Amino acid sequence: MSQNGLLSISNVTMRFGGLAAVSDVNIHVAQGELVGLIGPNGAGKTTLFNLMTGVYTPTEGSVSFLSETLNGRKPYEIVRSGMSRTFQNIRLFRELTALENVKVAANMRNETSLLSAVFRTPHLLRNDDEIDNFSRNLLEQMDLADVADTRSGDLPYGLQRRLEIARALATKPKLLLLDEPAAGMNPQEKVQLMDLIRQIRERFSLTILLIEHDMKLVMGICERIYVLEYGKLIAEGKPEEIRKNPKVIAAYLGEEVE
Amino acid sequence: MQEFVQNLIYGVETGAIYALIALGYTMVYGVLRLINFAHGDVYMIGAFVGFFACTQWLPFKDLSQHPEAATLNVLLAIVTLFLAMLICALLGIVIERFAYRPLRNGFRNADAHFWGFVAALPLTAFVGAMTTTKRQGAFLAVGVIVGFALRPAMAYLSKKIKPSSSRLNALITAIGVSLVLENGGINVFGADPKFIPDILPKRQISLLGIEFDSSRVVILIVAAVLMATLRYIVLYTRPGKAMRAISHDIDAAKLMGINTDRVIAFTFALGASLAGAGGFMVAAFTNIKVVPLFGLQPGLKAFVAAVLGGAGNIPGAALGGLIMGVVESLVASKYPQWRDAVAFILLIVILLVRPAGLLGKNTAEKV
Amino acid sequence: MRWILGRIGLFAVTCAVLLAVNRVVTDNIRVDIVSLLVLCGLYATLAVSLNLINGITGQFSIGHAGFYAVGAYVGGAWTMLMRPALEKSLPILHTGTQIGDHLNLLIALVLGTVCAGLTGLLVGLPSLRLRGDYLAIVTLGFGEVIRIVILNTDAVGGPRGFTPITELVNNHGIPLFWVYGLLVVVVLFSRNLLKSAQGLKFLAVREDEIAADAMGVNTTKVKVTAFVIGSAFAGAAGVLYAHCQTGITPDSFDMNTSIIITTMVVLGGTGSISGSLLAGMVLTALPELLRNDFIKEYRMVIFSTLLVVFMLTRPQGIFGHREIALPRFLRRLGKKGESTP
Repeated sequence: MSQNGLLSISNVTMRFGGLAAVSDVNIHVAQGELVGLIGPNGAGKTTLFNLMTGVYTPTEGSVSFLSETLNGRKPYEIVRSGMSRTFQNIRLFRELTALENVKVAANMRNETSLLSAVFRTPHLLRNDDEIDNFSRNLLEQMDLADVADTRSGDLPYGLQRRLEIARALATKPKLLLLDEPAAGMNPQEKVQLMDLIRQIRERFSLTILLIEHDMKLVMGICERIYVLEYGKLIAEGKPEEIRKNPKVIAAYLGEEVE
Repeated sequence: MQEFVQNLIYGVETGAIYALIALGYTMVYGVLRLINFAHGDVYMIGAFVGFFACTQWLPFKDLSQHPEAATLNVLLAIVTLFLAMLICALLGIVIERFAYRPLRNGFRNADAHFWGFVAALPLTAFVGAMTTTKRQGAFLAVGVIVGFALRPAMAYLSKKIKPSSSRLNALITAIGVSLVLENGGINVFGADPKFIPDILPKRQISLLGIEFDSSRVVILIVAAVLMATLRYIVLYTRPGKAMRAISHDIDAAKLMGINTDRVIAFTFALGASLAGAGGFMVAAFTNIKVVPLFGLQPGLKAFVAAVLGGAGNIPGAALGGLIMGVVESLVASKYPQWRDAVAFILLIVILLVRPAGLLGKNTAEKV
Repeated sequence: MRWILGRIGLFAVTCAVLLAVNRVVTDNIRVDIVSLLVLCGLYATLAVSLNLINGITGQFSIGHAGFYAVGAYVGGAWTMLMRPALEKSLPILHTGTQIGDHLNLLIALVLGTVCAGLTGLLVGLPSLRLRGDYLAIVTLGFGEVIRIVILNTDAVGGPRGFTPITELVNNHGIPLFWVYGLLVVVVLFSRNLLKSAQGLKFLAVREDEIAADAMGVNTTKVKVTAFVIGSAFAGAAGVLYAHCQTGITPDSFDMNTSIIITTMVVLGGTGSISGSLLAGMVLTALPELLRNDFIKEYRMVIFSTLLVVFMLTRPQGIFGHREIALPRFLRRLGKKGESTP
């Protein structure tokens, strides 16, 4: 696992005041995997995402990505190294259009200077065109081309979720972190979402780590699952193993399995 | 050393006034997350109420001619204190109702009428100045008509667009209200400075070789009593508890059946009455000139004091006020020209070291 | 290289147009109206530059007069204090000739702009730790501190004020050229920035700082950049102001000035360049034009009442985030200039 390990979280603990939101967690994700992270509310899943993306720095332990430690790196630096995320409570740039949302992310590696933007140099205009094409293309692939010029805050909920994924993809990530992508969706939308996740994984050759509450979705698409409870890892394994794990049943799946 | 202690006492006294004003800022910030910029002008109104009460409304006696009237004057001063607090409390409620509530709940017909009339007031004053026959009727009628005529225009503006809850807008609204009070004050009271005559017997108190005015002690004592009362109200009464609930989570408070609008109005009344008391006392006991911009600098410094202690934190405001007063007084005794810069430098330093203020809790945005 | 030639051409045409307009206006219009136009241009510049910080980047600065003051006093200090000292060894700095005057003004402009920008950097640093109201109050405080520092600096007159060489702008009769030239620069700067993908970074920070960070935007850099640029332009406006007034005092840069500039941005519609521009001009001109006896007495009450009513009924300002588009033929002209070789 170590030679093609993409992300490894080793003995990570995060304390807020006296409370340990995450304690001594180890997670390893290899290139190309689709891994699920589940657990009851308040188990520390989103905190773990925030630790990976640099919003928080772990109190103990370390996160490393592509064999480089991420401790102390700023969120924008981590994105640039190839890890992108979506948010549990959608965080689009609401006043901007769908296209502009994607462009912000696509602009990430843009090295043109501010002055060239002000003077509108040919180099910049070419660059802007490239970003524009790339972004429109991406929207097309995500079935969002029709709403490219709609203010993102006005989009229906399902499309906002999808736009968030598109925006994350625009940073050309190697690892995509999805934070409850199906939250608030109806069953039909969830099925579509499952397809979409499979598709983008193929098309962009991504590694995906996702947090989800919906068991059907997680069991349906994930190859490996980690279970978190009260900030501790209580199980790890293939979906069928997780389904049978008594600890997990007690903690979380209880009714659903019976 | 003696001078140092003297300045310290002056500082504590100034600090007590800053604390009184800062409490109003901090309470409003606690419940609404709004910097009530007009609060300093409420303090100014308190000073003017004091001025009019002392010179026109109440039968104060000139102590230099009637030394025996001291008791009467003391009683009247207490009445004036309550009058200033009452009028300022009402003003606070009006400001909340017509400037800040529309920001929260949307612009209603009643708001349109109110602001229509306020906008019409200068015109009525104009007509009033023209009609030499003292026809108050015509005077009022013009105000009513203009106010009514302005209503549809406002309704048009407000209906077309959905309201936004931007903090910048709230701040600008508050600044606007402050400007209305200041400039209205210039028109109504005139820009010439006014002085409240000495209404209380003055005595030099000398303690351990340090001399100071008895009136300064009065300020300290009254401020302490008012703050203690406030503490009691906030901690042990129903509206006080409701206030704390709202400052914790306004939506949850609403769901628990608290009439948030009423409690917010109460908060404004409470804060405004403290500021009114402060305004009256400063104007009456420190021989400072009363002008419509009377509240600008103290208001700003008191706000800084509130932030210093941790905006939204009531003991913090009192502490911040005292620190501000003392530091300012000590600096001003050595470098008087830097007096007004002290507040801001202190603020910048504190916010950079401890952004939540001395007693405030640091809350990070949830991701 | 057609692009560079095109830009130079555009620059020359703009200068020529501005000079022509300046000539026509000063020849035919009353002097007091011309000076009002100058003031309108300066305030429009201030509003548009503050819009870069408040409207486009979503920061919360209400101390813009401080940067204006830095520009005015640094520019003034050049012409009144530094220039005379250097004049002996560098005769080109003599005033009174076309070249000398314009050269001096340009130097003053550069110095004022740079110093105001550096002050902006200093003030922008707290924006990394502070948000919303707290940042607002710190910027207000910085503005006041700057004013009080000037008040206590005797070299520039302290409370008595200071009179830089006004002939630099006025003698050659082209104050409108300088002022509106600066306005064109700041407007084009903002507009071009917003049109490029670069500008989206600034908007993203306004919309959601955490999400912007997660999308690879270096939010720290963006915020500080906005502060530096916004205050540098305010400084440039200050240099021009100092050189076309009969004197500057610290009182011209007090809190009220800051608040008025902020009001312009908000009324114009935060984020809208054209909105800030228009609000800046109208709000400067209106109170002056309404100076008959009655309105003069009550204008400030009326003004502030309208401000409140406007905030309550139309909180997004006149234009919201929108812009007024240029007429089509002008737009086409612009496109032509931009077409890549």
